[in-house]
Amino acid sequence: MTREIDRVAHAHARAGFDAPPKPPVPRFFARARRTTRGARALPILLVFGPLAVHAADFGVNATNYDGPAWSPYFVGGAIGVLSWLTFYFADKTIGASSFYATLAGFFGKAVAPKHTESLPYYKDNPPAFDWGFIFVTSTILGGFIAAWTGGEFRNEWLHPMWVDRFGADSMLLRGIIGFAGGALMAFGARLAGGCTSGHGISGTLQLNAGSWLTVIAMFIGGIATAMLLYTAL
Amino acid sequence: MIDPGKAVKESSESSPAGPSGKKVLTAIVFGLAFGFLLQKGGVAKYNVLIGQLLLQDFTVVKIMVSAIIVGMVGIFTLNHFAKVNLHIKPTRIGAQSIGGLLFGAGFALLAYCPGTGAAALGQGSWDVLFGMAGLIAGSYLFAEMSGWLKKTVETWGEKGKLTLPDLLHIPRLPFAYAAAVLLTVGLFFLQRIYPR
Repeated sequence: MTREIDRVAHAHARAGFDAPPKPPVPRFFARARRTTRGARALPILLVFGPLAVHAADFGVNATNYDGPAWSPYFVGGAIGVLSWLTFYFADKTIGASSFYATLAGFFGKAVAPKHTESLPYYKDNPPAFDWGFIFVTSTILGGFIAAWTGGEFRNEWLHPMWVDRFGADSMLLRGIIGFAGGALMAFGARLAGGCTSGHGISGTLQLNAGSWLTVIAMFIGGIATAMLLYTAL
Repeated sequence: MIDPGKAVKESSESSPAGPSGKKVLTAIVFGLAFGFLLQKGGVAKYNVLIGQLLLQDFTVVKIMVSAIIVGMVGIFTLNHFAKVNLHIKPTRIGAQSIGGLLFGAGFALLAYCPGTGAAALGQGSWDVLFGMAGLIAGSYLFAEMSGWLKKTVETWGEKGKLTLPDLLHIPRLPFAYAAAVLLTVGLFFLQRIYPR
């Protein structure tokens, strides 16, 4: 500290005038300045970090477990055709996340009807058994028919890949992580105005600028979090 | 050029009383087909979805990009001949980058997204039920905060209805066809690098 003051005094003498010497920068601020530099590096880390971790070994390989029954190109193409049909016959887009907001609205109205109806989101989107609600309910049934006919009905609480990573005795952890994941997803989807269906398929195929932005953000957040989950925890 | 928000075809928007009988039928048939395709495509499976985010399994991207190519060519052609309306959601840079990042983080934790989660429930992957409870809770939390968010985050970088061809001042139909060709070439190389 004394050396610091000496150095400042010398500089002051060299300057040859009587302006008060600048006080030395306290340690605290020096550290704070370093932290800001770290925060500035955060976006860079967020983008390139996952790419760097790509080479890392996650201990498990997703392709060692059973994959798709049908070609992804056929399935994707068919979903594309399905979007023509929903646009043409129903004047609607494929979307899923608002289903859960509608369900939340029904529960909210059952518990606190006045409060729920006063919320701006539910004023703009009153919960109803609308087209999207029936669509997603049917999606559950469609998944069942596909799994049943293909001999792929799983009837399981923990997927083998999860068990290989977190152990067979990890139901509580799965519950906590699953619930937190669902809550984050719903909040993010409502804020962005759609999910991997509404933005990721319907929005992107209409070349909607905001949908492409949303999907890129989704993959950045998703890749970073998944890689943390499979390395750090 | 047709404004993205303007209807080119008389809208068959349902009455406040709810969708008509014919509309309900389309919702059921198309919903069934969507869930069926998601399950057959493997994207109702935990390992396929988390494998995409760990960059080990590229099934999700292959399905999404194929759907975008086929859907885009068809929708822009139909729209050009005034057979379908576009349904463009407004671009909000702040809300969509933050919302997208939050969504992605949640997606990685649950592994199922809202649509594939519905198909996963049908498939008997019961762990998705934890996520569905979370999805309901998160939706209500958003509704609780919607008044404040509307005045703040949702106003950051508000651009209105904006498509990529409009942004680059290129006519929509040729842009869509060119984008379809580029994405197809991209898929070809992706398949070369990642067989699954």
